[in-house]
Amino acid sequence: MTPLTPVHALKIIELNKAFGGLRVTQNVSLKIRQGERRLIIGPNGAGKTTLFNQINGDMRPNSGKIELFGTDVTALAPYRRAHLGLSRTYQIITLFTGDTLEHNVTLGLLGLLPSRWQMWRPLSFYRDLANEARRTLDAVGLLHLADHPFSEIAYGEKRRVELAMALAQKPRVLLLDEPLAGLSNSERTTVKSLIASIPRQTTVIMIEHDMDTALDLAETVTLLNYGRVIVDGERDAVIADERTREVYLGD
Amino acid sequence: MQFWIIQGLNSLSLGGLLFLLSSGFSLIFGLMRLANLTHGAFFMLGTYFAAVAMRSYTGLNIWVTALGAGLAVAAIGGLFERLVLTRLKTNPLGQVLVTLGMSFIISDACLVLWGGDSIPVPTPHNLQAPTRLFGFVFPTYRLVLVGCAVATAIALYLLMDRTRLGAMIRAGVDDRQMARAVGIPVSNLFTIVFCLGAGIAGAGGVLGGPILSAYPGLDADMLPLALIVVILGGIGSLIGAFIGSFIIGFVYTFGTALFPELAYIILFLPMIFVIAFRPQGLFGRLSA
Amino acid sequence: MKWIASAAFAALLLSLPLFAGDFYINLASQILIAAIFALSLNLLVGFGGMTSLGHASYLGVAAYFSALLTSRYGFGHGPAALISIAGTIAMAAFFGTIALRATGLGFLMITLALSQVLWGLAYRMSNITNGDNGIAGLTRPAPFGISLDSAGAFYWFALIVASFAFLMMAIFVSSSFGSSLKGVRDQPRRMAALGFNPWMIRWITFIYAGFWGGVSGLLFVYYNKYIHPTSLSITSSAEALLGVIAGGTGTLGGPVVGATLVLLLKNYASAYIERWNMLLGLVFLFIVLVMPTGIVPGLSKLATRFRK
Repeated sequence: MTPLTPVHALKIIELNKAFGGLRVTQNVSLKIRQGERRLIIGPNGAGKTTLFNQINGDMRPNSGKIELFGTDVTALAPYRRAHLGLSRTYQIITLFTGDTLEHNVTLGLLGLLPSRWQMWRPLSFYRDLANEARRTLDAVGLLHLADHPFSEIAYGEKRRVELAMALAQKPRVLLLDEPLAGLSNSERTTVKSLIASIPRQTTVIMIEHDMDTALDLAETVTLLNYGRVIVDGERDAVIADERTREVYLGD
Repeated sequence: MQFWIIQGLNSLSLGGLLFLLSSGFSLIFGLMRLANLTHGAFFMLGTYFAAVAMRSYTGLNIWVTALGAGLAVAAIGGLFERLVLTRLKTNPLGQVLVTLGMSFIISDACLVLWGGDSIPVPTPHNLQAPTRLFGFVFPTYRLVLVGCAVATAIALYLLMDRTRLGAMIRAGVDDRQMARAVGIPVSNLFTIVFCLGAGIAGAGGVLGGPILSAYPGLDADMLPLALIVVILGGIGSLIGAFIGSFIIGFVYTFGTALFPELAYIILFLPMIFVIAFRPQGLFGRLSA
Repeated sequence: MKWIASAAFAALLLSLPLFAGDFYINLASQILIAAIFALSLNLLVGFGGMTSLGHASYLGVAAYFSALLTSRYGFGHGPAALISIAGTIAMAAFFGTIALRATGLGFLMITLALSQVLWGLAYRMSNITNGDNGIAGLTRPAPFGISLDSAGAFYWFALIVASFAFLMMAIFVSSSFGSSLKGVRDQPRRMAALGFNPWMIRWITFIYAGFWGGVSGLLFVYYNKYIHPTSLSITSSAEALLGVIAGGTGTLGGPVVGATLVLLLKNYASAYIERWNMLLGLVFLFIVLVMPTGIVPGLSKLATRFRK
């Protein structure tokens, strides 16, 4: 895979995080190239979501560095990283249950726009924003539910909305935290094809607990266990690696 | 020199008083995550109790009065907790609001029962004679007050650290759900802690009586001090409440003595400082 | 149907001084002032998810500034009003940076502590504030030379200000900033990941709420021609909070209804019962235990059931 730019999309250098005596991230180093599709796997408690939390800024590491396209973001607040092109989905749905789908997506679009500071005009006057939101919903096949409250749609549809919102910002790096968890087979197929159709400009890093469901989306794989990188490399090599078998044998 | 010594002792006695006031508040907040805005009123009830009881029965021992007031206020607190607070388990904001409402009810009741004038609480006879130390003369009662605070601190420490009840309380503070899961009767603990906190405040009100006197508005004067001490010292930390009380005691006493009009600003400077640099307070383990 | 009701209501409001006696006109003025104050608090409580027990600070500071500038330092009402509002905004900005170091109960406690300190200052610095005597003998402004001394004139002035306040806050709440505020109230972590700055959004809202609190403070001191430390007290903040919660925090109308009820209760109760504070406390308990979402949502639920 020839990288599109010389700078790594995401570079993690010797990251460490501990809660008291519990070391959840131990000397993690990763290099992810632009356009890559990286899968991060590992058993429960391996520290995958904790790693994501540190990449997007929800948590601060104890030591180490995180670089987004060469910029050191280790000390930056999460909202600043969003403005640098980082987007993220969460394991638990944390969207706006009392609002319509269109409003949810609109908020997602608003986050990077200067008009989010406007206090003198009702939001409904921004027709361009509403149209863009509906277009986004259409792209994931949910336009017909645009005016429904978020709380009233199916779980699989909620996941699609979240994915849509993350993609609507046209991120440079997209972190997907267990995007396929809890989905039925048909929903999984839909979401997988959505992920597969993400444009190459966006680098995709995905956490999945269940290897089988996500392997065909991945080009490279990182295996974490006890907060440490165990194996890291091209997908087939990692699958064949003995250490991978070891980690999952106890599963 | 005399000035500094006297103010120093006043600071210590105010600190001791503040500890009696805020230790209960800190306990309740630490375990129940409840900002008990009735706490000033509980303290005031104790002071009024002392004022009325000790003027009617002139030979009444202040320690007995403190115990009686503590028990009475604890009972009132317990009833309130059981009848009102437990119904609002899922509404933490509501809990705070009812404690506020309760404080209004109590303070108005005191106004109805005992009128708008300030009622002094007599200093116990055997503690009226001043103590001579190192060539200086100290009001004995103030020294005793510091001793009471220290004794309470030690008692609370022993309770928390050496008893099974204390262990259960600490478990509940650290992780409420886990404690429940291992069979600790958390809701009973809540009632016990609330009674304990209220009781200490009531007893503290009695002991503070000779210095403060009972007057309407005592609760409104005391509550922000408790808040400031707990914000400064850290929520859920007994050491924090202890040290915070004495810091505020010193800051307030010397501040009032040296810059009387700015006393209130000086009072909240340490709080601002702590919030700016260490929002969880000096010794807090939970962030506000 | 809704338009007819709204038009009728507006007509009633506008024409009140023409048919009602002075007592009722004055009561209506007080309701308008309380409504602005409650609406400003609700920006924080309902739309921002930040419960403050120190909002009376902003009413009080603006009122005291205006009182002192006009009565002691010879300022005209116009410049005094501008300086008072500027001072209130500065104070809100400062208090906001302190209070917003915490959320939830910590925020509540800090706002309470700060406002109590201010109240204590108003009492203690008696050579400036006159302490427990308050500052009396104040005058009302005369915008464009029109005197506001009559009940009717003041009422129309208050109505104009209140209508403007209501409109501005309605726009604020439905604007993109307002939507981002509500988003931060509901899911702060998600909003940050989407690119919103939660602290800045909260801080700006805090200042804006303080601004309108200050506006209500000016109207308050103009109406009463008197200011006393009680207006800065926790009782004052608590009454406003009660009004907001009783009326319902989720809407714009709720706080207005709640503030009206609290004011009417206070006025009528004080004629029959001396114990306003005790009644206030009992009402607090009642509302929280029985009607936690407030009166307006409760009534609208009844209305929808009625329609079916």
